[in-house]
Amino acid sequence: MTPAVAIVDVVKHFGTLKALDGVSLSIEQGEFFGLLGQNGAGKTTLISSLAGLVRPDAGRLSVLGYDVIRDFRDARRRLGVVPQELVFDPFFNVRETLQIQSGYFGIRKNDDWIDEILHHLDLTGKASVNMRRLSGGMKRRVLVAQALVHKPPVIVLDEPTAGVDVELRQGLWQFVRRLNAEGHTIILTTHYLEEAENLCGRIALMKQGRILALDTTANLMAAHPGGTLEDVFVRTMQQ
Amino acid sequence: MTGFWTLFYKEFLRFWKVAFQTVAAPVLTALLYLLIFGHVLDDHVRVHGVQYTSFLIPGLVMMQVLQNAFANSSSSLIQAKITGSIVFVLLPPIPYSAFFVAYVLAAVVRGLMVGVGVLLATVWFAEITVVSPLWILVFSITGGAMFGALGMIAGIWAEKFDQLAAFQNFLIMPLTMLSGVFYSIYTLPTFWQGVSHYNPVFYMIDGFRYGFFGVSDVPPQSSLLVVAACFAVVSLLTLQLLKSGWKLRA
Repeated sequence: MTPAVAIVDVVKHFGTLKALDGVSLSIEQGEFFGLLGQNGAGKTTLISSLAGLVRPDAGRLSVLGYDVIRDFRDARRRLGVVPQELVFDPFFNVRETLQIQSGYFGIRKNDDWIDEILHHLDLTGKASVNMRRLSGGMKRRVLVAQALVHKPPVIVLDEPTAGVDVELRQGLWQFVRRLNAEGHTIILTTHYLEEAENLCGRIALMKQGRILALDTTANLMAAHPGGTLEDVFVRTMQQ
Repeated sequence: MTGFWTLFYKEFLRFWKVAFQTVAAPVLTALLYLLIFGHVLDDHVRVHGVQYTSFLIPGLVMMQVLQNAFANSSSSLIQAKITGSIVFVLLPPIPYSAFFVAYVLAAVVRGLMVGVGVLLATVWFAEITVVSPLWILVFSITGGAMFGALGMIAGIWAEKFDQLAAFQNFLIMPLTMLSGVFYSIYTLPTFWQGVSHYNPVFYMIDGFRYGFFGVSDVPPQSSLLVVAACFAVVSLLTLQLLKSGWKLRA
């Protein structure tokens, strides 16, 4: 089966900084995959390369077999990205934001799916509220909704729960788990290691633009008996 | 196609939702120019045999078309870059050519709306004739499109609002103000007449004014050739920047 995401020998420099140093990785369809690492490890650069926001110096990336540069239209249609930064367009309300995002992906009359997303993310009551008037947590939910509006088979969540209250986290994970159960591939970066431990079937640990460890969560934990994923993370980063 | 239309619609809504600032305010500015310059000069100056206020109105209309077309695309891009919301248009599968046309078209629409507004607000102050509406339309669209594309270049290049302001104050303003909006270049010394011929905005205003009075400093066909050539160069440069992802994609 075609992998959901294939990353082969990707290198990216920012000036003298080597942000990605020959990263190779394959994520199968339907996986819940964790991409973990300290700040500056290269997680967001890797995700941005996959989304076409960063152009790698070398290597290839593809989404469901579509090269992210050569076949960018097909690749981007199949990818939904929740960015790490809390960004929004202050001119529009929540529903307009989602309708516009649908239109960018060539989807018109998407209101049934938009209503469903709004319901699952507990945003129904905020549909007519301008983005400026939402709390940080609400804005984060809209970012998730924007990433899902075109029903992408591969969903990337870049630290989606940073600065988010417990209630939203639980609601968000419940929804994302459901999407994963329905066949969506989920790629998650987070600094909350207990979340990754509970959610991810497989995990890659990154440091200084390289993958130090890549295995199932169970195997990573088994290599450090009695420890938590945090213990595994700390020991791996000390290598 | 829907991606393109959505982007155009979004850009349209972006200025229409704040039309008091983006449409009404430039109309008021033009009206003030007319009241001040018209009052001072109307009894003393005739240009091409036309009363000064009548001569001034088409120039003011075109100046506002150009400046507002530039402001639309440049402010949209810089704002999206600075707030980070640019990712919403970079993540979808919108080709760079559609990206270009959507921004330029929205800029032209805003420019034309302001231009119509200025004309409606000022037409009561002087006798205005329309000799050739086609030339009026052709020059307002090509001029607005060129300044919309220039606005894209400025918006892509600038990383801070003060850099955009510098582009606007040191390039766009002099180009438009010294283009014959307020005077015929044949009232200038010979040297400055020659310099004016290197300013593409001069041809836009001169050709646009021809549509009203049937009189111009340069034949409108020649002006159109210059404007079209400049638009082609600016468009190619903008498309190249978008294709390369310069300052948009790292």
